[in-house]
Amino acid sequence: MARYLGIRALQSVVTLVLSSIVVFLGVRALPGDPARALAGEEATPETLAAIRADLGLDDPLPQQYLAFLGQVLRGDLGTSVRTGQPVTELVAATLPVTLWLSLGALLVAIVVGIGAGVVAAVHRGRWPEWVANGFTLVALSVPSFWLGILAILYLAVGLGWFPASGFVPLREDPLRWAYHLVLPSLVLGTALAAVVMRQTRASMITALSTDYVRTARAKGMPRGKVLTRFALRNSLIVVVTIVGLQLGGLISGAVVTERIFGLPGFGKLTLDSVFTRDYPVVQAVVIVVTAAYVLINLAVDVLYSVINPRIRVGGSQA
Amino acid sequence: MPSDAEKTQDPLLEVRGLEVSYGEVPVLHGVDVTVALGERVAVVGESGSGKSTTAAAVLGLLPGRGRVTGGAIRFRGEDVTHADESRLRRLRGREVGLVPQDPMSNLNPATRVGAQVAETLVAHGLARGRAARERAIELLGEAGIEQPERRYRQYPHEFSGGMRQRVLIAMALACEPALLIADEPTSALDVTVQRRILDHLESLRASRGASLLIVTHDLGLAADRADRIVVMSKGEVVETGPAEAILRDPQHEYTRRLVAAAPSVNASKVVAAGSTRLTGQAAPAAGEPSARPLLEVDDLVRTYKVRGRREPLVAVDHVSFSLQAGTTTAVVGESGSGKTTVARMVLGLEEPTSGEVRLEGEVVRTARGAARRAVRRTMQPVFQDPYASLDPTFTVERIVDEPLRVFKVGDRASRRARVTELLDQVALPASVGQRFPGELSGGQRQRVAIARALALDPRLMVCDEAVSALDVLVQDQVMTLLDDLQRDLGISYLFITHDLAVVRQLARDVVVMRSGRVVEHGTVDEVFASPREEYTRDLLDAIPGAGFFS
Repeated sequence: MARYLGIRALQSVVTLVLSSIVVFLGVRALPGDPARALAGEEATPETLAAIRADLGLDDPLPQQYLAFLGQVLRGDLGTSVRTGQPVTELVAATLPVTLWLSLGALLVAIVVGIGAGVVAAVHRGRWPEWVANGFTLVALSVPSFWLGILAILYLAVGLGWFPASGFVPLREDPLRWAYHLVLPSLVLGTALAAVVMRQTRASMITALSTDYVRTARAKGMPRGKVLTRFALRNSLIVVVTIVGLQLGGLISGAVVTERIFGLPGFGKLTLDSVFTRDYPVVQAVVIVVTAAYVLINLAVDVLYSVINPRIRVGGSQA
Repeated sequence: MPSDAEKTQDPLLEVRGLEVSYGEVPVLHGVDVTVALGERVAVVGESGSGKSTTAAAVLGLLPGRGRVTGGAIRFRGEDVTHADESRLRRLRGREVGLVPQDPMSNLNPATRVGAQVAETLVAHGLARGRAARERAIELLGEAGIEQPERRYRQYPHEFSGGMRQRVLIAMALACEPALLIADEPTSALDVTVQRRILDHLESLRASRGASLLIVTHDLGLAADRADRIVVMSKGEVVETGPAEAILRDPQHEYTRRLVAAAPSVNASKVVAAGSTRLTGQAAPAAGEPSARPLLEVDDLVRTYKVRGRREPLVAVDHVSFSLQAGTTTAVVGESGSGKTTVARMVLGLEEPTSGEVRLEGEVVRTARGAARRAVRRTMQPVFQDPYASLDPTFTVERIVDEPLRVFKVGDRASRRARVTELLDQVALPASVGQRFPGELSGGQRQRVAIARALALDPRLMVCDEAVSALDVLVQDQVMTLLDDLQRDLGISYLFITHDLAVVRQLARDVVVMRSGRVVEHGTVDEVFASPREEYTRDLLDAIPGAGFFS
């Protein structure tokens, strides 16, 4: 187990290093001269050379990369060209918003998706399954921006149940923080909930017809326990995979949702920095998102081995 | 043990006129089965006869859309036919224990083995926490699992098939049920393991005075393990009576066919009577005894590297034998004996570590180009599982035609004619050609596999457990077919099997393998009549029903 996790952690580090190289080269490959962009069109060649030397742009690429890596590892992501603020500050201010939004959406997806999936599988061929299937069809077909607009129109403006936009930091007021997150989380989580529901339903139907579920019933196990400990637990192995793969999509989906609900999140930061060619920020955003992907995958692997004992010992037969 | 009077007065389980339908399709038509206190009853029949459905109905565990549409199930006189879930929950596990068929799929892969035994006790309120754990360890020990305390904490995938079956037995016996239902309890296991486990199950059952309802396709096993046999066919009970009477003097026509076809019973009969059947096979038209053998397996070795182990695993250890043209040689052994690895090396699907396989003098491993193609044409495989070895998206015609296309034999019209001829040879109507494997029965599929193998007029057919997955009657038909083909076409067979009963019927020579080595080698008559090795004797004794006729 420890060995397995060690290997996975090492793989994650390699992935991170490789992606940092891609990010580094990607930014260098962009057209335009950063020195000229900083100094302006009228700059003398001497000024440009001075700026280049100052930024280390004359050094060979590997040396530049190592310097860049050192900075990143020290937590220095540079300074925003647009606002002059340290990039770390920008990220620190916006990342929690997106993180909370994604977690909220994930919660919605897991609770609604797994719940509806189990209900649909257990009541196969009857109305609860049709309702659940109908929900997934709608949830997958409706684009999230439209769903967001509808939610604001009816639930926020029409009924006045939720605020239409804005964000309150957790430290300021936990209640209002949660209150502001409910609607965006629902909107962002709906599509993922549909995917999770379909996967749960399918794996549950398979699991419910397995021999070990029948044997559990033949032992006289209570129905609820058979459903959770036998059928659901084994179904979750597949569901966790799907959720892990879809979480990445959640981060990019957050960009749209943040826009609709006026949340000052990572998505907004990304869009703003891309449109203003704020390279240090773009670079930082890509690094943070990549790191998030890698960490999510590592977490999924850990979760896997918790759910599925066969993975822990490499699936060998005794 | 209860007295005889008690047995007749007080049936523990009484199934009367049971009717069951899956959706709108009736599958049981008035089934009567009774099990007295302490009695052992076997329900015997082919797949689809309704024997497992009967067992499932007793526990209220009919799969899918199955439901009881008529008749009654009484347990200790109480009608439980339409009992509610809470009554059935008390019945299951507490009053009736189930030992299911496939040890590989019947344990929850995500839960520790011991916990699965303990939770049975917990579910019925018999023990909790520590006490449940301790009792579960005891039960595992009783079921024949060594070091039960250590094993308690392991997961199912860390257990062998036989060990898992022991866990399932421990589970079924946990609450001391009065009735044990065993649904094909050992058909997924090797014969010697099967015998040990059945012996163990029997001693545990007897010591508890429980009744047994055993569901099996194997008449020999039923005869060995039950007092009374109930024969089912197509959802009806066709015959019932004491085990010995059913085997020696079957009344119903179906039972007679079943008895005649049962390889285990057959084999033991032949053993008892001394064989005459196979002597005619010894001098086939195609091969003079002095001629070079069709297949020579010479000092074959195959080792595998195992992760985390220094010593390589020796799967096949200096195996040699030869096969004369027009005869059948059987390679027998339990799982892990290396017999399938030998077959794969013969077919050239796997490289030997050392040694060589020669087919008509040509070394299979080094044959290249035209010689390689000739080797491939000369021998063809038939595999165990006719469900898995045929492409489900191909029509039967395309499956049988494929080797002809690959070797560019004839044009489209002549190939089509050849396919019809091949289907005819395996006794399938030409109309089957347009159907898909999914629309055929197991026996028909295996015939298709044989027709495909015959397409290139091979001289050798390598059959890896080719009849093991089939029902007795179908198995008998397929073996008769193979026999006929050998007589008509002079084909040789290399028959890989764990089933000695099948060997008896089909083979002239037998190679007995254990742990990668050949432990005995000779003609079937010699080996069966006077086995030299302890292990061979064990295998022979383990054939269910073997003791019955001797």
